[in-house]
Amino acid sequence: MASEKRLRIKTLIMVLAMVVCAVVGDLLLKRGMSEAGAVQFTASGLGHALMQMATSGMIWLGILFLLGFMASQMTVMSWADYSYVMPAGAFGYALQTFLAVVVLHETVSAKRWIGVLLICVGVVLVGQTKPRTSEAAESVEKAVASC
Amino acid sequence: MLTVLLLFVLICGSTGGEIAISHGAKRTGEPKRMRPRELLVFIGRVMSNGWFLLGIPLMAASFFALLILFSWHPLSFVIPISALSYVVGALGAKYILKEEVNAARWAGVILVCAGVAMVAAG
Repeated sequence: MASEKRLRIKTLIMVLAMVVCAVVGDLLLKRGMSEAGAVQFTASGLGHALMQMATSGMIWLGILFLLGFMASQMTVMSWADYSYVMPAGAFGYALQTFLAVVVLHETVSAKRWIGVLLICVGVVLVGQTKPRTSEAAESVEKAVASC
Repeated sequence: MLTVLLLFVLICGSTGGEIAISHGAKRTGEPKRMRPRELLVFIGRVMSNGWFLLGIPLMAASFFALLILFSWHPLSFVIPISALSYVVGALGAKYILKEEVNAARWAGVILVCAGVAMVAAG
């Protein structure tokens, strides 16, 4: 029972790290790509876009945060189910909305609030299930325990 | 037509990549302690795993599709459609990773998928 609680807590911490890195990374990428302008789907257009991306500090910073997201995602997926981590990570959309209201004082539409509510209910539903069900994870756990 | 193709690459690339990396991470085994050095060693071991090497090109293709779609369309178009990856991912988890996706988890995945689409469209 204590190990189950410990598993839930460490999964929650890693999912939160994932969410924060993904939210910040996506924001920086969107801003960086908007500054670079629309990508033309031709050889010269793609080359120009690659140059713009390579020289944009905003995009590099976004990539750094997305690397942080990937590291925390890899870590949590070493013990938790993919089908548990993936929907739980969607809490980031709810976080983005809360930040938009609280920090940026933006007005949020009713449709968006309903979306946030659906995400929160969905995350709670997924959160009620066992974080680890796959045989691969259990066999790794047994192997580690026997060491 | 190109937009549909890029959306396909976005959804299947990210889901396929994450499934491969998830499988690779589980085969590596979780880090015993959450200390920076042990985490770095763990990440190094995952990154040298063949499943990770399969997942990265898939995720890179998805990433570039996302960047191009962001430059062509508003976020409110790209994200709602990409929310389908939650359902595709749950199917992959059940049939490829053999995870137990019970009714509560399915309900959660579908609610999250609908919620993400509504947040982005709103």
